[in-house]
Amino acid sequence: MSIAQPLRHDVVTPYLEKTGKPGLSLAAEVKEQSGTDLFRCYQCRSCGNGCPFVQAMDYTPNQVLRLVQFGMRREVLSCKTIWICVGCHTCSSQCPMSIDIASVMDTLRLMAVEEGVAIGKPNIIDFHEEVLRSLEKYGRAHKLGIMLGYKRQTGRWLKDLDVGLKMLAKRKLDLIPSRVRDVKEITELFQCYWRESA
Amino acid sequence: MNDVRQLDFSYFPGCSLATTAAESNRSMMQAARILGLNLIELEDWNCCGSSSAQTMCKNLSLAMAARNLSLAPAGRPLVAMCPRCLHYLRSAQECLKAEVETREALEEKWRRPITTDLEIIHFMEVLARYGLDRLQANARRSLKGMRYVPYYGCTLFRPPRLAKEKYFQGEMENILGALGAEAVPDALSYRCCGSFLSATDPEIVTPLVQEIIASAAAAKADCLVTACAMCQLNLEMRNTSKAKIPIFHFSEILALALGAEDYEEWFIRHLVDPRPVIRKLSRAA
Ligand code: SF4
Ligand code: SF4
Repeated sequence: MSIAQPLRHDVVTPYLEKTGKPGLSLAAEVKEQSGTDLFRCYQCRSCGNGCPFVQAMDYTPNQVLRLVQFGMRREVLSCKTIWICVGCHTCSSQCPMSIDIASVMDTLRLMAVEEGVAIGKPNIIDFHEEVLRSLEKYGRAHKLGIMLGYKRQTGRWLKDLDVGLKMLAKRKLDLIPSRVRDVKEITELFQCYWRESA
Repeated sequence: MNDVRQLDFSYFPGCSLATTAAESNRSMMQAARILGLNLIELEDWNCCGSSSAQTMCKNLSLAMAARNLSLAPAGRPLVAMCPRCLHYLRSAQECLKAEVETREALEEKWRRPITTDLEIIHFMEVLARYGLDRLQANARRSLKGMRYVPYYGCTLFRPPRLAKEKYFQGEMENILGALGAEAVPDALSYRCCGSFLSATDPEIVTPLVQEIIASAAAAKADCLVTACAMCQLNLEMRNTSKAKIPIFHFSEILALALGAEDYEEWFIRHLVDPRPVIRKLSRAA
């Protein structure tokens, strides 16, 4: 682990490069992008205690906020927690300071992707990519296509084959995707600068 | 009964109900019509963006939800059945209200106006508001004796920015209670189903689903009723414990109570056989 460099104003952050605005700490940057005032967090740890998925995380949600406050950019952007978070809002509903923790996680994920750091849970980003491919093509999620593409990509076919077959047998997975008629309107939206189009 | 005033709504089914849970979607639309709630499917709707777009690109997720808003005719509320879709549609509306430039750019792109004062509501809200007496008047099958866990999952948890919106607590109980079913309060009703982790990391989700099912079994529930089609699937799919409790989507139970005849057709699509619950109901009747 590298030593944190809290609140150093002389480092060229990607934010500085992007906006030309110097001197913003990681916390201020995240605050601006997420619209969430995470300085209000007083580490009561309700969020960490309430998150259903905390056992699979490397940092609890309150620790993630702490890392951001301390300016530990690399640690927080490469952690697993930001990818495991499903945005269920169990935490923000319990937070005494009404902090939108999920939107902080959203922001951190985007920053991780933009800054090209090592992704803490690569299989999850693969999955989201697969869903996006489906959305780009059809405008709607085609579950079978997503499952096939995803399993192929991460080589986890065997692990979940059983459930997949059961779902097929029960016709839970449609063979033919349901699609948007004016799909061009959708494809046009997929012009994210960091992403290669499918 | 035929003289019930028909109320028109635009209806956003969302990907799960349109595909994985297609039959229950159809029966629900029929059921709604019996109640005088005319759900008119939003012409050429697209995915609300879901957590994947939200994760990967803010603009994309906003635009996907916004396209749906641009397709909704003014003058009738937009009804969503999936709680997540509802969140994304409402968040997009909030955002378009605040960011006029973004809205105008999208309007220009699509050459359609986007009404920002469109009312966006959940189907349960519609039922609770307009349908409770209609429901009782039209029920064909009593749900008396059915002990169910009202499973809301994350439906009731909202981002702070939507904190002023309507809260659904107790609505499922109001509606199914009106049909005679008995809510079991002491199970894990609000524990998240795992969402996409069920696809990416089943080993994280399986023990959590197990706990939810075990809590329902301990409370001696006959079934769980979910507000969301993805919860329905996750809870069935990731339950590897011996206790097999059927999981219904709310719309299935509704259609059943309103006398849908074709339920066998959609019941066989369940991963956990729900027929024992139905047999119990007919014995009680
Ligand atoms: S619940 Fe809120 S105040 Fe408490 S630790 Fe979490 S974010 Fe901070
Ligand atoms: S929103 Fe994320 S961090 Fe919060 S409880 Fe849900 S999964 Fe955990």
